[in-house]
Amino acid sequence: MDVKRRKFLKIAGLSAIAGVGAPSALNMLFKGEVQASGGHAQEPAHGAAVQSGKRYGMVIDVKKFDEHPALVQKCIDACNSTHNVPQFPNPKDEIKWIWKETYEHAFPEHSHYKKNDKIHDLPFLILCNHCDDPPCVRVCPTKATFKNKDGIVMMDYHRCIGCRFCMAACPYGARSFNWRDPRGKDEHENPFIKKTNPEFPTRMRGVVEKCNFCAKRLKMGLQPACVEVCAEQKAMIFGDMNDKNSEISKVLREKFTIQRKPTVGSNPSVFYII
Amino acid sequence: MRLYDGGKIIAGLVIFIGLLTFPIWWNHGGEKSIPNPEKPKNGSTECVKDVEYMRTTHMKLLNDWRDEVVRDGERKDLVIQGLTYEKSLQNGCMKCHASKKKFCDECHDFTAVKPYCWDCHIQPEETT
Repeated sequence: MDVKRRKFLKIAGLSAIAGVGAPSALNMLFKGEVQASGGHAQEPAHGAAVQSGKRYGMVIDVKKFDEHPALVQKCIDACNSTHNVPQFPNPKDEIKWIWKETYEHAFPEHSHYKKNDKIHDLPFLILCNHCDDPPCVRVCPTKATFKNKDGIVMMDYHRCIGCRFCMAACPYGARSFNWRDPRGKDEHENPFIKKTNPEFPTRMRGVVEKCNFCAKRLKMGLQPACVEVCAEQKAMIFGDMNDKNSEISKVLREKFTIQRKPTVGSNPSVFYII
Repeated sequence: MRLYDGGKIIAGLVIFIGLLTFPIWWNHGGEKSIPNPEKPKNGSTECVKDVEYMRTTHMKLLNDWRDEVVRDGERKDLVIQGLTYEKSLQNGCMKCHASKKKFCDECHDFTAVKPYCWDCHIQPEETT
């Protein structure tokens, strides 16, 4: 075949343009068709939970805990034994679902020129705030932590890859990482989980964990474990804050309560009466 | 025809074939007994699905249960043919299939799969 160099270059150039251009042109055509037939139906936002209309919350009456100091440890123990929370001897490994904190640590934003001396000794029980706009959920790369339809910030431990972004994001330090195997034993052969609750799983090394507002107990019609043990003194009140007639709504209307770090804007669901 | 360096080539071939078939003869004669499924000891004969489905698809069922319970909060017990089942591996399945060794490990060992269920979920105490 006798092809001139000039002619060859022309054909080669044209086919290159056609080869690159045709698929995208076809693609545009087909897309146009799909849009014309399908309209502009909006898909629901990815991962957005269908809301049940509930928003669980908790009011902690610190005065009651001051009157009954033994209650503090009782609440903590109730939680730990219900959820198989391990007790690591090294405080750096500590796993915390609900724990005791001083006023200065719990409410660092509240400034006082001269404050009541008593306030320093008050036992503040701290737990996950189950924020309405949880920063931990926003940063989780695997959606292992999410807000469920009752407003509880939950964890799916199957999906947690242990990246600890949520720990960095949480303004309240409510998340703990399992540096060690929670099923292990210390050097004296004492297991980290003193007595295992066979109804609830443990966690494994390398995942983050936190309070789950006793989501399982709620579905069984029970109150959270910590609320249950101090029910007599009514030191903790738990319920649906969206229900106007619930006890918690009444308490929130009648009493002056404070939230931790309100300026963060995460809108916590745990309130304190001081 | 002459085979140059015959000794080396044949020795090399023997070693090569030996390495290639390593998995076969390594596992040969191992104590891998064929699973022998049994009905649960508590006398129950029904399950949430039929036997065939459970044998092939139980892992998907468990994943679906997990998503329903944890993500969607649908924790209601299943009622199938008048029997109630909790949607839970630890508190559901294992209530009838009380032995992890028999119910889980026998087949999982045979098929060489290693699910990580029991890293977190608590297995029932083995009675036997």
